[in-house]
Amino acid sequence: MTIELGNTGSRIHESRIKLQYNWWLGKIAGRFYEEIRDRCKIWGIKCPQCNLVFVPPKDNCPKCFCKMNEWIELSGTGILTTYTIVRYPVPMIQPVEPPFPLGIIHLDGADTGLIHLLGEIDIDQIEVGMRMQAVFKEKREGNLLDIKYFKPVRA
Amino acid sequence: MERVAIVGIAQTKYQRISPSSHDEMAFEVTREALDDAGLEITDIDNTVTCTNDFWDGRTISCMTITDATGSSNVPTTNVEGDGTYGVLMGLMRILSGHFNRTLIVAQSKGSVGISNLITNAIFDPLFERMLGLDAVNSAALQARRYMTKFGITPEQCAKASVKNHKNAQKNPYAQLPLDISVEDVLNSKMLADPIRLLDTSPISDGACAIILARESDSKKCRNKPIWIKGVGHSTDTYHLGDRDLADVSVLATAAKTAYDMAGIKNPKEVINIAEIYDAFSYMELMWTEGLGFCERGEGGDLIDSGETQIGGSLPVNPSGGVLSAHAVLAAGMARIAEVVLQLRGTAEDRQVRGAKVGLAHGIEGACGQGHCVFVLGS
Repeated sequence: MTIELGNTGSRIHESRIKLQYNWWLGKIAGRFYEEIRDRCKIWGIKCPQCNLVFVPPKDNCPKCFCKMNEWIELSGTGILTTYTIVRYPVPMIQPVEPPFPLGIIHLDGADTGLIHLLGEIDIDQIEVGMRMQAVFKEKREGNLLDIKYFKPVRA
Repeated sequence: MERVAIVGIAQTKYQRISPSSHDEMAFEVTREALDDAGLEITDIDNTVTCTNDFWDGRTISCMTITDATGSSNVPTTNVEGDGTYGVLMGLMRILSGHFNRTLIVAQSKGSVGISNLITNAIFDPLFERMLGLDAVNSAALQARRYMTKFGITPEQCAKASVKNHKNAQKNPYAQLPLDISVEDVLNSKMLADPIRLLDTSPISDGACAIILARESDSKKCRNKPIWIKGVGHSTDTYHLGDRDLADVSVLATAAKTAYDMAGIKNPKEVINIAEIYDAFSYMELMWTEGLGFCERGEGGDLIDSGETQIGGSLPVNPSGGVLSAHAVLAAGMARIAEVVLQLRGTAEDRQVRGAKVGLAHGIEGACGQGHCVFVLGS
Protein backbone atom coordinates (compact mmCIF):
# COMPACT_ATOMS: atom_id res chain seq x y z
CA MET A 1 0.00 0.00 0.00
CA THR A 2 1.34 3.46 -0.87
CA ILE A 3 0.27 6.42 1.20
CA GLU A 4 0.51 10.16 0.43
CA LEU A 5 2.26 11.97 3.28
CA GLY A 6 0.55 15.36 3.35
CA ASN A 7 2.83 18.22 2.37
CA THR A 8 6.17 16.45 2.90
CA GLY A 9 6.40 15.93 -0.86
CA SER A 10 6.92 12.23 -0.30
CA ARG A 11 5.01 8.99 -0.08
CA ILE A 12 5.52 5.82 1.93
CA HIS A 13 5.17 2.21 0.87
CA GLU A 14 3.84 0.07 3.72
CA SER A 15 5.14 -3.46 4.23
CA ARG A 16 5.92 -5.89 7.03
CA ILE A 17 8.60 -8.50 7.70
CA LYS A 18 7.29 -11.60 9.47
CA LEU A 19 9.95 -14.02 10.66
CA GLN A 20 9.78 -16.95 13.02
CA TYR A 21 12.72 -17.76 15.29
CA ASN A 22 13.10 -20.83 17.49
CA TRP A 23 15.62 -20.05 20.19
CA TRP A 24 17.50 -23.06 21.58
CA LEU A 25 17.93 -22.69 25.31
CA GLY A 26 21.20 -24.59 25.44
CA LYS A 27 22.31 -26.57 28.50
CA ILE A 28 22.54 -23.71 30.97
CA ALA A 29 19.30 -21.83 30.30
CA GLY A 30 17.64 -25.20 29.76
CA ARG A 31 18.46 -26.33 33.30
CA PHE A 32 17.65 -22.89 34.75
CA TYR A 33 14.14 -22.90 33.29
CA GLU A 34 13.59 -26.58 34.08
CA GLU A 35 14.22 -25.86 37.79
CA ILE A 36 11.82 -22.93 37.69
CA ARG A 37 9.16 -24.87 35.79
CA ASP A 38 9.34 -28.11 37.80
CA ARG A 39 10.36 -26.95 41.29
CA CYS A 40 9.87 -23.14 41.48
CA LYS A 41 13.58 -22.83 42.27
CA ILE A 42 15.94 -20.13 40.99
CA TRP A 43 19.53 -21.27 40.54
CA GLY A 44 22.68 -19.28 39.89
CA ILE A 45 26.08 -20.43 38.72
CA LYS A 46 29.43 -19.69 40.38
CA CYS A 47 32.76 -18.74 38.84
CA PRO A 48 35.53 -21.01 40.19
CA GLN A 49 38.07 -18.18 39.97
CA CYS A 50 36.38 -14.96 41.16
CA ASN A 51 33.59 -16.73 43.09
CA LEU A 52 30.92 -14.41 41.65
CA VAL A 53 27.48 -16.01 41.37
CA PHE A 54 25.58 -15.17 38.20
CA VAL A 55 21.84 -15.25 37.79
CA PRO A 56 20.61 -15.80 35.14
CA PRO A 57 23.35 -18.42 34.83
CA LYS A 58 25.71 -18.65 31.86
CA ASP A 59 28.39 -20.92 30.50
CA ASN A 60 31.44 -18.79 31.25
CA CYS A 61 32.34 -15.97 33.60
CA PRO A 62 32.28 -12.71 31.64
CA LYS A 63 35.08 -11.35 33.83
CA CYS A 64 37.49 -14.34 34.19
CA PHE A 65 36.47 -16.25 31.04
CA CYS A 66 36.38 -19.44 33.18
CA LYS A 67 33.96 -22.24 32.43
CA MET A 68 31.37 -22.29 35.22
CA ASN A 69 29.98 -25.57 36.57
CA GLU A 70 28.98 -25.04 40.18
CA TRP A 71 25.23 -24.47 40.48
CA ILE A 72 24.02 -22.53 43.52
CA GLU A 73 20.44 -22.71 44.73
CA LEU A 74 19.06 -19.26 45.60
CA SER A 75 16.22 -18.42 47.93
CA GLY A 76 14.20 -16.35 45.48
CA THR A 77 14.37 -13.22 47.64
CA GLY A 78 16.58 -10.18 47.24
CA ILE A 79 16.95 -6.41 47.06
CA LEU A 80 15.49 -4.08 44.44
CA THR A 81 18.44 -2.11 43.02
CA THR A 82 16.60 -0.03 40.41
CA TYR A 83 13.16 0.14 38.82
CA THR A 84 11.01 2.00 36.35
CA ILE A 85 7.32 2.28 35.61
CA VAL A 86 6.64 1.79 31.93
CA ARG A 87 3.80 4.14 31.04
CA TYR A 88 3.59 3.86 27.22
CA PRO A 89 2.03 1.06 25.24
CA VAL A 90 3.95 -1.15 22.81
CA PRO A 91 1.40 -3.94 22.29
CA MET A 92 3.52 -6.49 20.45
CA ILE A 93 6.29 -6.77 23.07
CA GLN A 94 4.94 -5.83 26.49
CA PRO A 95 3.93 -8.74 28.75
CA VAL A 96 1.19 -6.76 30.53
CA GLU A 97 -0.78 -3.56 29.97
CA PRO A 98 0.98 -0.31 30.94
CA PRO A 99 1.53 1.23 33.37
CA PHE A 100 3.65 -1.62 34.72
CA PRO A 101 6.81 -1.67 36.87
CA LEU A 102 10.08 -3.31 35.89
CA GLY A 103 13.01 -3.71 38.25
CA ILE A 104 16.41 -5.29 38.76
CA ILE A 105 16.50 -7.62 41.77
CA HIS A 106 19.82 -8.54 43.35
CA LEU A 107 18.98 -12.00 44.71
CA ASP A 108 20.45 -13.10 48.04
CA GLY A 109 23.49 -15.26 47.36
CA ALA A 110 23.98 -13.86 43.85
CA ASP A 111 26.33 -11.12 42.68
CA THR A 112 24.28 -9.96 39.69
CA GLY A 113 20.79 -8.66 39.11
CA LEU A 114 17.75 -10.28 37.54
CA ILE A 115 15.43 -8.02 35.56
CA HIS A 116 11.75 -8.72 36.03
CA LEU A 117 8.25 -7.38 36.51
CA LEU A 118 7.20 -6.15 39.94
CA GLY A 119 3.75 -6.95 41.31
CA GLU A 120 1.39 -6.81 44.30
CA ILE A 121 2.54 -3.25 44.98
CA ASP A 122 1.15 0.24 44.40
CA ILE A 123 3.35 1.74 41.67
CA ASP A 124 3.75 4.91 43.78
CA GLN A 125 5.11 2.91 46.73
CA ILE A 126 8.12 1.29 45.03
CA GLU A 127 11.52 2.16 46.46
CA VAL A 128 15.08 1.15 45.71
CA GLY A 129 16.34 -1.11 48.51
CA MET A 130 13.00 -2.90 49.09
CA ARG A 131 13.19 -6.62 49.76
CA MET A 132 11.41 -8.58 47.05
CA GLN A 133 10.47 -12.21 46.52
CA ALA A 134 9.67 -14.22 43.42
CA VAL A 135 6.06 -15.21 42.75
CA PHE A 136 5.69 -18.13 40.37
CA LYS A 137 2.89 -18.73 37.92
CA GLU A 138 0.56 -21.63 38.58
CA LYS A 139 0.90 -23.10 35.12
CA ARG A 140 4.55 -22.94 34.10
CA GLU A 141 5.97 -23.43 30.60
CA GLY A 142 9.74 -23.21 31.07
CA ASN A 143 10.37 -19.58 30.24
CA LEU A 144 11.10 -16.25 31.94
CA LEU A 145 7.44 -15.50 32.57
CA ASP A 146 7.10 -18.62 34.76
CA ILE A 147 8.16 -16.08 37.36
CA LYS A 148 5.00 -13.99 37.43
CA TYR A 149 6.75 -11.06 39.09
CA PHE A 150 8.64 -10.07 42.23
CA LYS A 151 6.52 -8.81 45.13
CA PRO A 152 7.59 -7.00 48.29
CA VAL A 153 8.50 -9.19 51.26
CA ARG A 154 6.01 -8.22 53.97
CA ALA A 155 7.54 -7.83 57.44
CA MET B 1 51.08 6.20 14.66
CA GLU B 2 51.17 7.68 11.16
CA ARG B 3 49.04 10.80 11.03
CA VAL B 4 45.58 10.39 9.56
CA ALA B 5 43.40 13.41 8.81
CA ILE B 6 39.71 14.02 8.44
CA VAL B 7 39.54 15.87 5.13
CA GLY B 8 35.84 15.83 4.27
CA ILE B 9 32.55 15.83 6.16
CA ALA B 10 28.86 16.14 5.36
CA GLN B 11 25.57 15.82 7.20
CA THR B 12 21.98 15.93 6.08
CA LYS B 13 19.55 17.99 8.06
CA TYR B 14 18.07 15.62 10.65
CA GLN B 15 14.29 15.33 10.49
CA ARG B 16 11.50 13.28 12.04
CA ILE B 17 10.51 12.25 8.53
CA SER B 18 12.89 12.98 5.67
CA PRO B 19 11.27 12.90 2.24
CA SER B 20 14.46 11.21 0.96
CA SER B 21 15.01 7.45 0.76
CA HIS B 22 18.03 5.68 2.31
CA ASP B 23 19.88 5.80 -1.02
CA GLU B 24 19.10 9.45 -1.61
CA MET B 25 20.40 10.43 1.82
CA ALA B 26 23.57 8.32 1.36
CA PHE B 27 24.24 9.87 -2.06
CA GLU B 28 23.62 13.39 -0.75
CA VAL B 29 26.23 13.12 2.04
CA THR B 30 28.74 11.21 -0.11
CA ARG B 31 28.62 13.88 -2.82
CA GLU B 32 28.83 16.72 -0.27
CA ALA B 33 31.72 15.14 1.65
CA LEU B 34 33.68 14.78 -1.61
CA ASP B 35 32.95 18.43 -2.47
CA ASP B 36 33.96 19.45 1.05
CA ALA B 37 37.28 17.62 0.63
CA GLY B 38 37.80 18.83 -2.94
CA LEU B 39 37.98 15.22 -4.14
CA GLU B 40 36.21 13.07 -6.72
CA ILE B 41 34.83 9.58 -6.16
CA THR B 42 37.79 8.17 -8.14
CA ASP B 43 40.12 9.53 -5.39
CA ILE B 44 38.47 7.17 -2.86
CA ASP B 45 40.19 3.77 -2.67
CA ASN B 46 37.94 2.11 -0.04
CA THR B 47 34.59 2.56 1.69
CA VAL B 48 33.11 1.72 5.09
CA THR B 49 29.34 1.87 5.49
CA CYS B 50 27.40 1.82 8.76
CA THR B 51 24.01 0.18 8.45
CA ASN B 52 21.78 -2.01 10.59
CA ASP B 53 19.39 -4.59 9.23
CA PHE B 54 16.69 -4.05 11.86
CA TRP B 55 16.65 -0.28 11.41
CA ASP B 56 16.79 -0.61 7.61
CA GLY B 57 14.24 -3.44 7.43
CA ARG B 58 16.46 -5.37 5.01
CA THR B 59 18.86 -8.26 5.30
CA ILE B 60 22.54 -7.38 4.70
CA SER B 61 21.34 -3.82 4.22
CA CYS B 62 24.87 -2.51 3.57
CA MET B 63 24.70 -4.02 0.10
CA THR B 64 21.83 -1.73 -0.80
CA ILE B 65 23.80 1.53 -0.58
CA THR B 66 26.82 0.45 -2.62
CA ASP B 67 25.61 2.46 -5.59
CA ALA B 68 24.70 5.56 -3.57
CA THR B 69 28.16 5.66 -2.00
CA GLY B 70 29.99 5.17 -5.29
CA SER B 71 31.46 1.94 -3.96
CA SER B 72 31.00 -0.62 -6.69
CA ASN B 73 34.34 -2.23 -7.56
CA VAL B 74 36.16 -0.75 -4.55
CA PRO B 75 36.99 -2.59 -1.30
CA THR B 76 33.91 -1.98 0.84
CA THR B 77 32.97 -3.27 4.24
CA ASN B 78 30.30 -2.52 6.79
CA VAL B 79 30.09 -1.72 10.47
CA GLU B 80 26.78 -2.81 11.93
CA GLY B 81 26.78 -0.15 14.59
CA ASP B 82 27.50 3.43 15.51
CA GLY B 83 29.34 5.66 13.05
CA THR B 84 32.24 6.27 15.44
CA TYR B 85 33.13 2.58 14.99
CA GLY B 86 32.88 3.09 11.21
CA VAL B 87 35.44 5.88 11.43
CA LEU B 88 37.56 3.65 13.66
CA MET B 89 37.53 0.95 10.98
CA GLY B 90 38.30 3.54 8.31
CA LEU B 91 41.27 4.72 10.36
CA MET B 92 42.54 1.16 10.81
CA ARG B 93 42.30 0.53 7.07
CA ILE B 94 44.56 3.50 6.34
CA LEU B 95 46.94 2.48 9.13
CA SER B 96 47.13 -1.01 7.56
CA GLY B 97 49.17 0.64 4.83
CA HIS B 98 46.95 -0.69 2.07
CA PHE B 99 44.63 2.29 1.64
CA ASN B 100 45.09 6.03 1.25
CA ARG B 101 41.65 7.61 1.38
CA THR B 102 38.61 6.10 3.11
CA LEU B 103 35.00 7.17 2.70
CA ILE B 104 32.73 6.35 5.67
CA VAL B 105 28.96 6.72 5.36
CA ALA B 106 26.32 6.18 8.05
CA GLN B 107 22.63 6.57 7.49
CA SER B 108 19.36 5.60 9.10
CA LYS B 109 15.71 6.37 8.83
CA GLY B 110 14.08 5.91 12.20
CA SER B 111 10.82 6.83 10.53
CA VAL B 112 10.58 3.57 8.59
CA GLY B 113 10.25 1.25 11.59
CA ILE B 114 8.95 1.23 15.15
CA SER B 115 11.79 2.15 17.48
CA ASN B 116 10.50 0.25 20.55
CA LEU B 117 10.16 -2.98 18.57
CA ILE B 118 13.59 -2.61 17.00
CA THR B 119 15.31 -1.81 20.29
CA ASN B 120 13.46 -4.65 22.08
CA ALA B 121 15.44 -6.97 19.80
CA ILE B 122 18.71 -5.74 21.39
CA PHE B 123 17.85 -7.87 24.41
CA ASP B 124 18.38 -11.55 25.13
CA PRO B 125 15.37 -13.51 23.84
CA LEU B 126 15.62 -16.04 26.69
CA PHE B 127 16.20 -13.75 29.66
CA GLU B 128 15.13 -10.20 28.86
CA ARG B 129 13.10 -9.64 25.71
CA MET B 130 9.79 -11.01 27.05
CA LEU B 131 9.70 -8.24 29.67
CA GLY B 132 9.09 -5.60 27.00
CA LEU B 133 12.49 -3.99 27.46
CA ASP B 134 13.41 -1.34 24.89
CA ALA B 135 15.79 1.63 24.58
CA VAL B 136 13.64 3.91 26.74
CA ASN B 137 12.73 1.68 29.69
CA SER B 138 16.21 0.09 29.90
CA ALA B 139 17.67 3.61 30.02
CA ALA B 140 15.18 4.38 32.80
CA LEU B 141 16.62 1.49 34.85
CA GLN B 142 20.09 2.95 34.32
CA ALA B 143 18.97 6.52 35.08
CA ARG B 144 17.33 5.45 38.35
CA ARG B 145 20.40 3.48 39.41
CA TYR B 146 22.76 6.38 38.56
CA MET B 147 20.57 9.01 40.23
CA THR B 148 20.09 6.87 43.36
CA LYS B 149 23.76 5.96 43.72
CA PHE B 150 25.06 9.52 43.42
CA GLY B 151 22.10 11.67 44.47
CA ILE B 152 21.68 13.17 41.00
CA THR B 153 18.39 15.08 40.72
CA PRO B 154 15.84 15.20 37.88
CA GLU B 155 16.55 18.96 37.70
CA GLN B 156 20.24 18.32 37.01
CA CYS B 157 19.40 15.87 34.22
CA ALA B 158 16.83 18.33 32.82
CA LYS B 159 19.55 21.00 32.59
CA ALA B 160 21.35 18.92 29.94
CA SER B 161 18.17 18.82 27.88
CA VAL B 162 17.59 22.59 28.26
CA LYS B 163 21.21 23.39 27.33
CA ASN B 164 21.37 21.09 24.32
CA HIS B 165 18.01 22.05 22.81
CA LYS B 166 19.03 25.69 23.21
CA ASN B 167 22.36 25.00 21.47
CA ALA B 168 20.41 23.29 18.69
CA GLN B 169 18.80 26.63 17.87
CA LYS B 170 22.14 27.62 16.36
CA ASN B 171 22.68 24.38 14.43
CA PRO B 172 20.97 24.28 11.01
CA TYR B 173 21.25 20.44 10.93
CA ALA B 174 19.45 19.90 14.26
CA GLN B 175 15.96 18.45 14.38
CA LEU B 176 14.76 19.86 17.71
CA PRO B 177 15.87 23.44 18.34
CA LEU B 178 13.84 24.33 21.43
CA ASP B 179 13.69 27.17 23.88
CA ILE B 180 12.63 25.24 26.99
CA SER B 181 13.07 25.56 30.75
CA VAL B 182 13.90 22.99 33.43
CA GLU B 183 10.22 23.20 34.45
CA ASP B 184 9.16 22.32 30.90
CA VAL B 185 11.30 19.16 31.05
CA LEU B 186 9.99 18.24 34.52
CA ASN B 187 6.39 18.79 33.38
CA SER B 188 6.73 16.83 30.13
CA LYS B 189 5.02 13.48 29.81
CA MET B 190 6.45 10.70 31.98
CA LEU B 191 7.43 7.77 29.72
CA ALA B 192 9.31 5.44 32.08
CA ASP B 193 10.16 6.92 35.48
CA PRO B 194 12.41 8.85 35.91
CA ILE B 195 12.59 9.53 32.16
CA ARG B 196 10.20 12.09 30.68
CA LEU B 197 9.61 12.96 27.05
CA LEU B 198 12.04 15.91 27.09
CA ASP B 199 14.74 13.72 28.68
CA THR B 200 14.77 11.60 25.50
CA SER B 201 16.28 12.03 22.06
CA PRO B 202 13.93 12.08 19.07
CA ILE B 203 13.44 9.47 16.37
CA SER B 204 15.26 10.84 13.34
CA ASP B 205 16.10 10.37 9.68
CA GLY B 206 19.54 11.45 8.59
CA ALA B 207 22.99 10.61 7.26
CA CYS B 208 26.59 11.61 7.76
CA ALA B 209 29.75 11.02 5.72
CA ILE B 210 33.42 11.46 6.58
CA ILE B 211 36.52 11.13 4.41
CA LEU B 212 39.88 10.19 5.95
CA ALA B 213 43.28 10.50 4.30
CA ARG B 214 46.81 9.59 5.29
CA GLU B 215 49.00 12.65 5.84
CA SER B 216 50.78 12.43 2.48
CA ASP B 217 47.41 12.28 0.72
CA SER B 218 45.74 15.00 2.73
CA LYS B 219 47.64 17.95 1.29
CA LYS B 220 45.71 18.15 -1.98
CA CYS B 221 42.44 18.52 -0.09
CA ARG B 222 40.54 21.78 0.07
CA ASN B 223 40.19 22.25 3.83
CA LYS B 224 42.89 22.27 6.47
CA PRO B 225 43.25 18.72 7.78
CA ILE B 226 41.86 17.87 11.21
CA TRP B 227 44.05 15.18 12.77
CA ILE B 228 42.98 12.07 14.61
CA LYS B 229 45.19 12.41 17.70
CA GLY B 230 43.83 9.49 19.69
CA VAL B 231 41.14 6.84 19.71
CA GLY B 232 39.95 4.28 22.24
CA HIS B 233 37.07 1.88 22.53
CA SER B 234 35.86 -0.60 25.11
CA THR B 235 32.82 -2.77 25.77
CA ASP B 236 31.00 -3.87 28.94
CA THR B 237 29.24 -7.20 29.58
CA TYR B 238 25.98 -7.83 27.73
CA HIS B 239 23.30 -8.50 30.33
CA LEU B 240 22.12 -5.36 32.13
CA GLY B 241 21.86 -7.27 35.42
CA ASP B 242 25.54 -8.27 35.26
CA ARG B 243 26.63 -4.61 35.21
CA ASP B 244 26.44 -1.86 37.77
CA LEU B 245 24.48 0.45 35.49
CA ALA B 246 25.87 3.53 37.29
CA ASP B 247 29.46 2.49 36.62
CA VAL B 248 31.38 4.22 33.83
CA SER B 249 34.65 2.27 34.04
CA VAL B 250 34.34 0.98 30.49
CA LEU B 251 34.02 4.51 29.11
CA ALA B 252 36.93 5.59 31.31
CA THR B 253 39.05 2.79 29.78
CA ALA B 254 38.16 3.90 26.25
CA ALA B 255 38.88 7.54 27.13
CA LYS B 256 42.21 6.74 28.78
CA THR B 257 43.35 4.86 25.68
CA ALA B 258 42.45 7.85 23.51
CA TYR B 259 44.07 10.35 25.90
CA ASP B 260 47.26 8.30 26.19
CA MET B 261 47.54 8.10 22.41
CA ALA B 262 47.02 11.86 22.17
CA GLY B 263 49.49 12.54 25.03
CA ILE B 264 46.75 14.15 27.15
CA LYS B 265 47.21 13.98 30.92
CA ASN B 266 44.52 16.38 32.05
CA PRO B 267 41.59 16.16 29.62
CA LYS B 268 39.59 18.87 31.33
CA GLU B 269 42.38 21.40 30.78
CA VAL B 270 43.35 20.34 27.26
CA ILE B 271 40.02 19.62 25.56
CA ASN B 272 38.23 22.73 24.31
CA ILE B 273 34.99 21.16 23.06
CA ALA B 274 33.25 17.79 23.37
CA GLU B 275 30.41 16.21 21.41
CA ILE B 276 29.09 13.22 23.35
CA TYR B 277 26.31 10.67 22.85
CA ASP B 278 23.48 12.03 25.02
CA ALA B 279 20.67 9.71 23.88
CA PHE B 280 19.00 10.65 27.20
CA SER B 281 19.60 13.68 29.39
CA TYR B 282 21.15 11.67 32.28
CA MET B 283 23.64 10.13 29.83
CA GLU B 284 25.37 13.46 29.26
CA LEU B 285 26.03 13.70 33.01
CA MET B 286 27.24 10.10 33.27
CA TRP B 287 29.47 10.25 30.22
CA THR B 288 31.16 13.48 31.41
CA GLU B 289 32.21 11.46 34.48
CA GLY B 290 33.54 8.56 32.40
CA LEU B 291 35.44 10.95 30.15
CA GLY B 292 37.17 12.45 33.19
CA PHE B 293 35.65 15.93 32.84
CA CYS B 294 34.70 15.59 36.52
CA GLU B 295 35.01 13.01 39.30
CA ARG B 296 32.67 9.99 39.55
CA GLY B 297 29.26 11.02 40.80
CA GLU B 298 29.87 14.70 40.05
CA GLY B 299 28.16 14.90 36.67
CA GLY B 300 25.33 16.83 38.34
CA ASP B 301 27.72 19.37 39.84
CA LEU B 302 29.40 19.81 36.45
CA ILE B 303 26.13 20.67 34.68
CA ASP B 304 25.21 22.97 37.61
CA SER B 305 28.54 24.81 37.26
CA GLY B 306 27.71 26.01 33.74
CA GLU B 307 31.16 24.96 32.52
CA THR B 308 29.61 22.78 29.81
CA GLN B 309 27.59 25.67 28.35
CA ILE B 310 28.74 27.03 25.00
CA GLY B 311 30.53 29.93 26.75
CA GLY B 312 31.94 27.75 29.55
CA SER B 313 35.43 26.31 29.98
CA LEU B 314 34.50 22.95 28.40
CA PRO B 315 31.43 23.23 26.15
CA VAL B 316 29.63 19.89 25.76
CA ASN B 317 27.37 19.35 22.75
CA PRO B 318 27.32 22.87 21.29
CA SER B 319 25.55 21.28 18.31
CA GLY B 320 22.59 20.32 20.47
CA GLY B 321 23.84 16.76 20.78
CA VAL B 322 21.92 13.57 20.26
CA LEU B 323 19.03 14.96 22.33
CA SER B 324 18.40 17.33 19.41
CA ALA B 325 18.83 14.80 16.56
CA HIS B 326 19.25 11.03 16.83
CA ALA B 327 19.71 9.36 13.47
CA VAL B 328 20.90 6.02 14.89
CA LEU B 329 24.33 5.00 13.44
CA ALA B 330 24.86 8.48 11.97
CA ALA B 331 24.57 10.10 15.42
CA GLY B 332 28.06 9.15 16.64
CA MET B 333 29.62 10.11 13.32
CA ALA B 334 27.78 13.44 13.52
CA ARG B 335 29.61 14.05 16.79
CA ILE B 336 32.91 13.72 14.88
CA ALA B 337 31.66 15.94 12.02
CA GLU B 338 30.60 18.63 14.48
CA VAL B 339 33.99 18.57 16.23
CA VAL B 340 35.68 18.91 12.82
CA LEU B 341 33.61 22.04 12.09
CA GLN B 342 34.59 23.44 15.48
CA LEU B 343 38.33 22.79 14.92
CA ARG B 344 38.19 24.24 11.42
CA GLY B 345 36.58 27.32 12.96
CA THR B 346 33.58 27.06 10.64
CA ALA B 347 30.85 26.09 13.12
CA GLU B 348 29.15 29.44 12.52
CA ASP B 349 26.80 30.55 15.30
CA ARG B 350 27.67 27.54 17.47
CA GLN B 351 31.44 28.08 17.17
CA VAL B 352 33.44 27.64 20.37
CA ARG B 353 36.08 30.34 20.19
CA GLY B 354 39.65 29.18 19.72
CA ALA B 355 38.87 25.45 19.80
CA LYS B 356 42.07 23.51 19.07
CA VAL B 357 41.42 20.09 20.64
CA GLY B 358 38.04 18.35 20.53
CA LEU B 359 36.53 15.07 21.71
CA ALA B 360 33.83 13.01 19.97
CA HIS B 361 32.10 10.05 21.59
CA GLY B 362 29.76 7.31 20.37
CA ILE B 363 27.98 4.40 22.07
CA GLU B 364 26.80 0.92 21.12
CA GLY B 365 24.21 -1.36 22.66
CA ALA B 366 21.78 -0.87 25.52
CA CYS B 367 22.70 1.63 28.26
CA GLY B 368 26.08 2.41 26.72
CA GLN B 369 27.43 -1.14 26.64
CA GLY B 370 30.19 -0.02 24.28
CA HIS B 371 31.96 3.33 23.95
CA CYS B 372 34.22 4.79 21.26
CA VAL B 373 36.19 7.98 21.95
CA PHE B 374 38.06 10.14 19.43
CA VAL B 375 40.41 13.01 20.24
CA LEU B 376 40.84 15.37 17.30
CA GLY B 377 43.19 18.31 16.85
CA SER B 378 43.77 21.08 14.34
